[in-house]
Amino acid sequence: MEFETVIGLEVHVELKTDSKIFSASPNQFGDEPNTNTSVIDLGYPGVLPVLNKKAVEFGMKAAMALNCEVASHTKFDRKNYFYPDNPKAYQISQFDKPIGEHGWIEIEVNGYTKRIGITRIHLEEDAGKLNHGKGYSLCDYNRQGTPLVEIVSEPDIRTPDEAYAYLEKLKSIVQYTGVSDCKMEEGSLRCDANISIRPVGQEEFGTKTELKNLNSFNFVRKGLEYEEKRQKEVVSAGGVIEQETRRFDEATGATLLMRVKEGSDDYRYFPEPDLLDIFIDEDWKARIRAEIPELPDERQKRYVEELGLPVYDAKVLTMTKEMADFFEATVGGGSDAKLASNWIMGDVSAYLNAESKELDQVALTPEGLAGMIKLLENGTISSKIAKTVFKELIENGGDAEKIVKEKGLVQISDKGTLLKIISEVLDANPKSIEDFKAGKNKAVGFLVGQLMKATKGQANPQLVNQLLQQELQKR
Amino acid sequence: MSRISNDQVKHVANLARLAITEEEAEKFTKQLDAIITFAEQLNELDTENVEPTYHVLDMKNVLREDIPQKGLPREEVLKNAPEHQDGQIKVPNIMGKED
Amino acid sequence: MSLFDYKVSDLHELLHKKELKVTDLVEESYKRIGQVEDKVQAFLTLDEEQARQSAKLLDEKLAADSQKGLLFGMPIGVKDNIVTKGLRTTCASKILENFDPIYDATVVQKLQQAETVIIGKLNMDEFAMGSSNENSAFKKTRNPWDLNRVPGGSSGGSAASVAAGEVLFSLGSDTGGSIRQPASFCGVVGMKPTYGRVSRFGLVAFASSLDQIGPITRTVEDNAFLLQAISGLDPMDSTSANVDVPNFAAALTGDVKGLKIAVPKEYLGEGVGEAARQSVLAALKVLEGLGAVWEEVSLPHSKYALAAYYLLSSSEASANLARFDGVRYGYRTPDAESLIDLYKKTRAEGFGDEVKRRIMLGTFALSSGYYDAYYKKAQQVRTLIKRDFEDVLAKYDVIVGPTAPTPAFKIGENIEDPLTMYANDILTIPLNLAGLPGISVPCGLDGGLPLGLQIIGKYFDEATIYRAAHAFEQATDFHKQKPEL
Repeated sequence: MEFETVIGLEVHVELKTDSKIFSASPNQFGDEPNTNTSVIDLGYPGVLPVLNKKAVEFGMKAAMALNCEVASHTKFDRKNYFYPDNPKAYQISQFDKPIGEHGWIEIEVNGYTKRIGITRIHLEEDAGKLNHGKGYSLCDYNRQGTPLVEIVSEPDIRTPDEAYAYLEKLKSIVQYTGVSDCKMEEGSLRCDANISIRPVGQEEFGTKTELKNLNSFNFVRKGLEYEEKRQKEVVSAGGVIEQETRRFDEATGATLLMRVKEGSDDYRYFPEPDLLDIFIDEDWKARIRAEIPELPDERQKRYVEELGLPVYDAKVLTMTKEMADFFEATVGGGSDAKLASNWIMGDVSAYLNAESKELDQVALTPEGLAGMIKLLENGTISSKIAKTVFKELIENGGDAEKIVKEKGLVQISDKGTLLKIISEVLDANPKSIEDFKAGKNKAVGFLVGQLMKATKGQANPQLVNQLLQQELQKR
Repeated sequence: MSRISNDQVKHVANLARLAITEEEAEKFTKQLDAIITFAEQLNELDTENVEPTYHVLDMKNVLREDIPQKGLPREEVLKNAPEHQDGQIKVPNIMGKED
Repeated sequence: MSLFDYKVSDLHELLHKKELKVTDLVEESYKRIGQVEDKVQAFLTLDEEQARQSAKLLDEKLAADSQKGLLFGMPIGVKDNIVTKGLRTTCASKILENFDPIYDATVVQKLQQAETVIIGKLNMDEFAMGSSNENSAFKKTRNPWDLNRVPGGSSGGSAASVAAGEVLFSLGSDTGGSIRQPASFCGVVGMKPTYGRVSRFGLVAFASSLDQIGPITRTVEDNAFLLQAISGLDPMDSTSANVDVPNFAAALTGDVKGLKIAVPKEYLGEGVGEAARQSVLAALKVLEGLGAVWEEVSLPHSKYALAAYYLLSSSEASANLARFDGVRYGYRTPDAESLIDLYKKTRAEGFGDEVKRRIMLGTFALSSGYYDAYYKKAQQVRTLIKRDFEDVLAKYDVIVGPTAPTPAFKIGENIEDPLTMYANDILTIPLNLAGLPGISVPCGLDGGLPLGLQIIGKYFDEATIYRAAHAFEQATDFHKQKPEL
């Protein structure tokens, strides 16, 4: 039997406000346990929430960027469940009036583009963090109350690759808006996946399983691949899929049963009496809309149409706003667009990957890179020297021209100087001249190497080649 | 007819994380049944097109500016905690101490 | 005669004329507590050392700076569901038996700004659930008028301590009548302000959309002063209203000429005792004599208020009380095998029966399949009740009726049957559902037990309520009667 896979994703994104969503505690990652809390975060008796305006506006921004309709009337509800990371034993979330609904994003995967619907995006508070020991857990409430948006996709995703592409695109868009870092390794972006299969042609959905503990986009893809295969095997063997929650095991790449769901959980949602409804008028929406920067798709289009970049370059450069902004600033600094793209996609990315660093963690500035590219273009430095200059720029920063001057790296393009050196090198290598005369072209390469050595790589390579041929003929 | 069964009372007690004995379940079933039966007089009223009142005051958009304040000192956080370790509040695991 | 037979304004003058010290007031409190507390049992925690120390400090301040605020140095009792930093706050529950708050409620901060002296924390029904103080996990407060009777509830300690002269005045909280009913039972003045008038930050929530803190005093004037001090917008409470706080005392003119009073026939009908009915009719005569006019009106949905109230308050309570889970503060069962075991045992051992009953009722009303039939239905009925009031208050200045159907009942009389106990609140509950303000003032004695007159006003129009209550009080002697102890 042929099966079709149906996938829906729930993505939680932490919003990077300065304070928490319902209290003034700092919203900061990585501090000592229980140092960023208040009586409100701890759910002390008698405390009340007060909504952070910035959190609402960040939620609006995310909703708009994901093509959602922003609610004109939105409100908060209590979601009741007991867990040690949930201090009030209810989470303040949104039930029937989320901040945004009916959105979509477009993904491109294996050569086709597809629109994935977004059912809703709602605001809520994050829970604390549990650190598990043997027989016990320790509760750290620093994360409690961090503003979150939960973004729920329509069950429009059909393959693990599409899921991967959806996540990449979602992350890219949200990052562009500036409302979140979307760092999976710090938990500021988290994903749960629902997956089911059904015979091709069947209308109704199969029973879905929910995958948790998906700590990277790759794990999402792997977990879904595993689960897709597992479900097909179970059904093909005449078995039934149980509605259950499964955990992705990073070591084996398998999904393991966490718990079977007995009906739906009874969260007893009801309107939060401690918070008042929020009405968002057109003016407010317009103000927030105006703050949204150009998003990746628009930028990509502009890079192709206005800067003449290949589609591939434009796509890679616009994946993150940091990269795209860096690129644009490099071009703004006087660099040729294609050269800037080559350097950023090439040496810059290679360095960042090798060092596991982000663009903002290296000393290279767009001005520095642009300066270097200009020196390369006008022949002041060779591409070989450029590698040296680049290394200096990315490790220690600074100005390309200055580095070239200080280190004496200027390309030798003076004919007289080069001829003098060539004559010395030729004098010292009579064997090579013989080889050349005997038709062994290898000798030229050796001689060029000797020349570069003698000039510490600063000789203008084209000129060296031309002059060397000329001098060899003379001998 | 009873409005709430013994099993429902046990289910509700479980949702509310309240341990109850058989005798308590029986007693609460009787009492809750009486209260719920009493509450069903609300069904005498037609509320078809009546908006529910979640907030009595006509207020909206109460928001605070995003200005952070220093967190509580950790000693304060742990002051009332029944058990703590390494600056964190300690609880048994879901599966119990054998986990 | 006790110092607390004086009004706030008199004591204020005596302090400023140096005829009285704050220390005298505080000592008066503890002396009286020493004399009668064994009988009354109003306090859960006394803050003697701290109170004496601040009295001394305030006396030094007064010596240095002659002009102080009206409430300066006044000894006050605070209901034990209002959190006080460093002063044990239990909500009369075993689950918070040793709870030491790390912050102050907004009203407590306001009491400190007004330089009052907190004498101690007052007994109540556990988590404010009850009408008799019999649901306290620690003690049963007695009615100072008859020690075999309840003081009312849930602010029983707050009303009894004032009636017994242990404090000058106190703060209570009112979710369905918890200030007004005990005030009525104990023969004192209790005001439930408009929802949103007083910050709820630091009031341990029972039913968030109904709860409101308010003053319990000997006189209407003192009540107006105390409400003045605790009212106002609080950025920590989103539901606190951004409305002006008028000078309530300025309304105490004694003039009620032309005041339009509505008397709902439902408030004098079935379920209301003869004594209560007669005292209200007599009170209306008094007000009429002062130039007010009254007419009978109808609040047709009154009879549904009790059912709606129990569904709504219990639903909200089921969530509000979920945080008492033995994790971060409060009682934790000593023998938990697992996390779920810890939750269930802690809560089963920490809560009393009434609290459990309401948590279960609320959990049921919110649970899947029942939400629309119970919770939502009750919120719709609430709309109808609110409209009833709005219609009447569009034509009248105040609504008048009895506070409670009967005077204080005997301890143990109603404890077995929750529904009979709940029926005590039929006259006070509707106004909480609507969010309106209401006061109870003494209006008579029945067999030596006080009765209360309830006056309900428009949203944020406590001033008119005070004006009517004050005029009535000045024209009668009920407030001068005191229990023999």
